[in-house]
Amino acid sequence: MQPGSPVVDAQVPLFREALESLDRVGAERVLSAAQSVLTPLEAVERLVVPALTQIGDAWAEGCLALSQVYMSGRYCEELVEQFLPAGAPTRKHQPRSAIAVLADYHLLGKRIVYSVLRASGFELFDYGRLDVDELVERALGDQLDVLLVSVLILPSALRMRDVCARLKSARPGLRVIVGGAPFLFDDQLWREVGADAMGRSAADAVAFVARWTGEST
Amino acid sequence: MNTAMNSMQRTLTALGQQEPDRVPLFLLTTVHGAKELGLTIEEYFARADHVVEGQLRLLRKYQGDCLYAFYYASIETEAWGGTTLYSPDGPPLCGPPIICRAEQIDGLQPPAVQTAAGLNRVLETIRGLKARVGDTVPIIGVAISPFSLPIMQLGFDSYLELIYEQPNRFACLMRANVAFTVEWANAQLAAGATAICYFDPLSSTTNVPRELYLQTGWQIARQTLPRIHGPTATHLASGRCLSILDDVVATGTAVVGVSSLEDLAQLKAAAAGRVSLLGNLNGIEMRRWTPAQAEQQVRRAIAKAGSGGGFLLSDNHGEIPWAVPDDVLLAIREAVDRWGRYPLDWLDDWNDPRDPD
Repeated sequence: MQPGSPVVDAQVPLFREALESLDRVGAERVLSAAQSVLTPLEAVERLVVPALTQIGDAWAEGCLALSQVYMSGRYCEELVEQFLPAGAPTRKHQPRSAIAVLADYHLLGKRIVYSVLRASGFELFDYGRLDVDELVERALGDQLDVLLVSVLILPSALRMRDVCARLKSARPGLRVIVGGAPFLFDDQLWREVGADAMGRSAADAVAFVARWTGEST
Repeated sequence: MNTAMNSMQRTLTALGQQEPDRVPLFLLTTVHGAKELGLTIEEYFARADHVVEGQLRLLRKYQGDCLYAFYYASIETEAWGGTTLYSPDGPPLCGPPIICRAEQIDGLQPPAVQTAAGLNRVLETIRGLKARVGDTVPIIGVAISPFSLPIMQLGFDSYLELIYEQPNRFACLMRANVAFTVEWANAQLAAGATAICYFDPLSSTTNVPRELYLQTGWQIARQTLPRIHGPTATHLASGRCLSILDDVVATGTAVVGVSSLEDLAQLKAAAAGRVSLLGNLNGIEMRRWTPAQAEQQVRRAIAKAGSGGGFLLSDNHGEIPWAVPDDVLLAIREAVDRWGRYPLDWLDDWNDPRDPD
């Protein structure tokens, strides 16, 4: 395989298929083969990101299940960690980013996005579960550029209005991405609460962070 | 024109795949009862007589066709030692997972229903409601499926890993959970519940692929539902189910709660009179509907699924959010009166404004 060659792109369906069928060994084999001709970051960008993007899109369309999305992200995070560890100088330019769950203990959505972002070469703080005051304080204290927030229920989604207003007031350049069931079932809600974007899947989160990374370099 | 029926007659006729006097309205309100009584949500759920009074007031106000004995999901994990987090404007939420290490599953024993204070409040509520309405209004009890309960017991991510990576421990957990769910569901029926809503969101194809469902949630439902001594409604809590509808029917359930993510007409065709549908108004969008939009949504749902019975109009999740205002709920009520009367003669002239043609 050569960089820029269609042969590399042809590996994406193989890699995706291995992930969807939870074939960790098969996924590792495809990724290792790609690394024989690509740098670690190129392998992430040419193979891992497209596969995870397609998997996320397939879930949003109802063609794949959340369990497959979660396990795929986790496998990729582990595989990428092996050759592109956190803090490696070859990792991407990093906007200061963090992810959190607001108000409840339903952490799967956050876990998926966290894994997929890390598997895509980004590093970010994992704040876990926080309430409104804690989240605002942490985000400002860490001088974040990007904050990703997952919620389970409508009242938590509506509390994002307060979070966004306080963050935007204190740190106007900070971008907020929201995700979770209430936003999926009402596609106007993210604008109503003052977020900058809504992720229908982890792939959307990667795309937004990547775009904003480009804008800030 | 069909003769006027009470709520029980209306519901049973619809479940028998016949057309009653009008489409039954299952307005699944829970925390709204606290508003009616002027209590905080935590105060409201602290006493069974509050919930009895709240449900009866909601029944009178919205003229729905069921009473809903559901408190909140984590009342079940409280019985296992879990905690609940209250908020002023939403459903109580589950606290941290109670199973933090997989080894805890090895000796896991189900709690006895009679020793769980929260569950006993629910039972007292059902007895109170039954004393007030007898057999005129269906009283709906709720049991979280043994397959879906571990989302709260372990946390969703840890549970998915357990399913895929530790099948023996998964089987051990299911044995304990099946025993608990069967006892809990039957206790509610003995207290006077008419039917049990078997909440099983994890079985939705939104959450697990069909192949995994057939090895797990489907098997668990086939073990559990026959041991519940009354009718059950399987609710996927907003998750998709069209591609597994035949499988869900094969579990023996009488009703399936369906999502606004799927087309009601397709679901009705797939159900083919073998199972009734419950749904599928979007409870999240409902918060900002105008009365006219509420009417349009009700009319559309009835148009797609009302003919021939076998349809109960409801939200798509199994609980109306606190933020949904009275005027929307009353508009839904009025729209059912206007458009839900059988026979649905207006259907001949109706075109869905959302259809491109």
